[in-house]
Amino acid sequence: MRKITVLAATAAIGLGAAAQAATLEEVKARGQLNCGVATGVPGFAFTDASGEWDGFDVAVCRAVAAAVLGDPKAVKFVPTTGKTRFTALASGEVDMLSRNTTWTFSRDVDLKFDFVGINYYDGQGFMVRKDLGVTSAKELDGATVCIQTGTTTELNLADFFRINNMSYEPVPIETNAEAQQKYLANACDVYTTDASGLAATRATFEDAANHIILPEIISKEPLGPLVRHGDNEWGDIVRWTLNALIAAEELGITSANVMEMAKAPTSNPEINRMLGTEGNLGAMMGLDKDWAARAIAAVGNYGEIFERYIGEKTPIGLPRGLNAQWTQGGLMYSPPFR
Amino acid sequence: MAEIAYVARGTIPPSPPPPSEVGVVRWLRENLFSSTGNTILTLVAAWVVVEVFLALLPWLGGAVWNAGSLSECRAISPGGACLAVINERFNQFLFGFYPAEGYWRPSLAFLGLLAAIAPVLFTALPRKMLWFSGIYPLLAYWLIFGGSVWGPLMVLAAVVAAAALARAVARLSGEVAGMIAGVLAAALMFLFAVDPLSGWLADAVPIGLAPVSSDQIGGFTLTLIIGVTGIAGSLPIGIVLALGRQSNLPLVKALCVGFIEFIRGVPLITLLFVAHVLLNIFLPPGTEFDKLLRVLILVTLFASAYIAEVIRGGLAALPKGQYEAAAALGLDYWKSMRLVILPQALKISIPGIVNTFIGLFKDTTLVSVIAMFDPLGIITPIRADQNWNGIVWELYGFVALFFFICCYGMSRYSMYLERRLKTDHR
Repeated sequence: MRKITVLAATAAIGLGAAAQAATLEEVKARGQLNCGVATGVPGFAFTDASGEWDGFDVAVCRAVAAAVLGDPKAVKFVPTTGKTRFTALASGEVDMLSRNTTWTFSRDVDLKFDFVGINYYDGQGFMVRKDLGVTSAKELDGATVCIQTGTTTELNLADFFRINNMSYEPVPIETNAEAQQKYLANACDVYTTDASGLAATRATFEDAANHIILPEIISKEPLGPLVRHGDNEWGDIVRWTLNALIAAEELGITSANVMEMAKAPTSNPEINRMLGTEGNLGAMMGLDKDWAARAIAAVGNYGEIFERYIGEKTPIGLPRGLNAQWTQGGLMYSPPFR
Repeated sequence: MAEIAYVARGTIPPSPPPPSEVGVVRWLRENLFSSTGNTILTLVAAWVVVEVFLALLPWLGGAVWNAGSLSECRAISPGGACLAVINERFNQFLFGFYPAEGYWRPSLAFLGLLAAIAPVLFTALPRKMLWFSGIYPLLAYWLIFGGSVWGPLMVLAAVVAAAALARAVARLSGEVAGMIAGVLAAALMFLFAVDPLSGWLADAVPIGLAPVSSDQIGGFTLTLIIGVTGIAGSLPIGIVLALGRQSNLPLVKALCVGFIEFIRGVPLITLLFVAHVLLNIFLPPGTEFDKLLRVLILVTLFASAYIAEVIRGGLAALPKGQYEAAAALGLDYWKSMRLVILPQALKISIPGIVNTFIGLFKDTTLVSVIAMFDPLGIITPIRADQNWNGIVWELYGFVALFFFICCYGMSRYSMYLERRLKTDHR
């Protein structure tokens, strides 16, 4: 009896491993990429008027679909909540997750995922009313703070106030929508969450100019797409698709000129290698030579995506900051295509 | 001599009642200002109502129906409701991510639903309409999920064949034998005949609609699918469980008690998470066990446990004499239940049953925690759109209105049903 159980377990694990090792083949056979996204984060994942998913994180899914399947529309979006996202990925319901997920040690090691890169460097910030007269987070001693319960932001906040020897009064809230209402109703002096979320929230206020986001960022929240442990080939594909988008901005490739550049070799050998007019980088990971060109043509380079969904011209109006190219003083840095 | 009239010649015409005892004034006096306490309460309540109206009127009066974003709304009518978001996303509220060219299918299914439940709800309607109610589930399934028409047709054929067989056997060798034969035949047909036959027919004569997967279904369509299936499925299961709990057969009784107590002891949200998250890990990767189907089964089982307890209350309320009288008439168990006990017990249980149904209908919103887009869940991605981020009242108010209409309708119907079935002499 026990032997049978062990056998069955081994078989199940074997099946699982076999199914995991061939994500690329599975996706190709299915003709569709299953991509886990958030159920709604302003600028990062939302639905447009016709019910199509769109956003900064969604663009990564579309880029991978374009690279692998040649069609940015060949994505089945699986919306996941903070509670269901990791099981959806671990169980194989989705091939990758592109969903405002912070890269942490335990998620990488203990939950057995591979973060393939970072598409947004976020950090926890504070928003206050201008008439409070506060210009730095260090002056917030004794403030009432609206804080989402059960998140890392709650712990970061406690740490920050302890380090600076200050006291605060937490006002626990459940969702961002609730926080907006509470903050606007003066139930708290300060609202704290990731800086991108603060900017998005502030953009919705009728009197946005009367609120300021304090300069201090008190935590590191590197957000990026992730895949399961155990299928490194698939991880490579997602990682280098993201890198291609980042490198494209650095090299001046845009959705407008990428097809022109991919037609014939240019004077820059790195562009040629990436777009497949020189060498065979695509074949090394089981794709054709146009993979990167298709991804960039579908969604644009990293800078274009940023400007389209969350950049300064959008209502969210986030500055590039840490997310600028390394040549511009930011942290966006793609390893070379060689 | 002048006559002294000391006897009235006719009746004195009734004088009109004093003004404080007629019409509006009397009603006001009796109902609103009958005592100091009442007067204070009336004034406070009137003040609250007026305040709410004063707050709501400019908001609704300044409503904007056509705008591209929240900021446009605010520019057109500051302080007014921005109903443009509901105007723009109306189809998402109704159908979720259902393909736009197929919107007529859930709409038609909804009209069919009205036609199908009408004869169930109102006995004045011709009984022949019940045939439509019988085939409606298959029709609705086919309309909403699409695919080949032969699958549902074969299911219908199998059910009809099993029922016919059950009747024939029942005539020859008794009701119980007929029931067993019918169930066996249905099980055999579903296991071995329905799938291959419908597959073969679909290849030979391909008639069908474009298939729609369950993750594309959302909005009020999803609420109605879960709510109606749960309500229609949980009542019969609940009745069987309630009878089983009162049964003299120890095994049946233990099973029913165990099931009911387990389900009632666990929160619905936990069961939803188990169905959604854990099943995925246990099943081999790639197994497609439809998420909506899992939710439907769970919600139905969950509600049936509660219904069972409500009906058990009704059964317990019947005097023992009813059971004894039924037995004295020589009715067997099923007949005495069907003809004597259940009609009375169910009548007593109506408020409790409808109460459970209303609760079930509202509980369908819990599916948003497992990322299914019921009307409440679909608000999140809409609010994440830069154009509409910051809208709260309009969206949640709209969903609340929908739920209020449905639940209030159910509650009114239950009151009507109670009045109609009222046979006592109170």
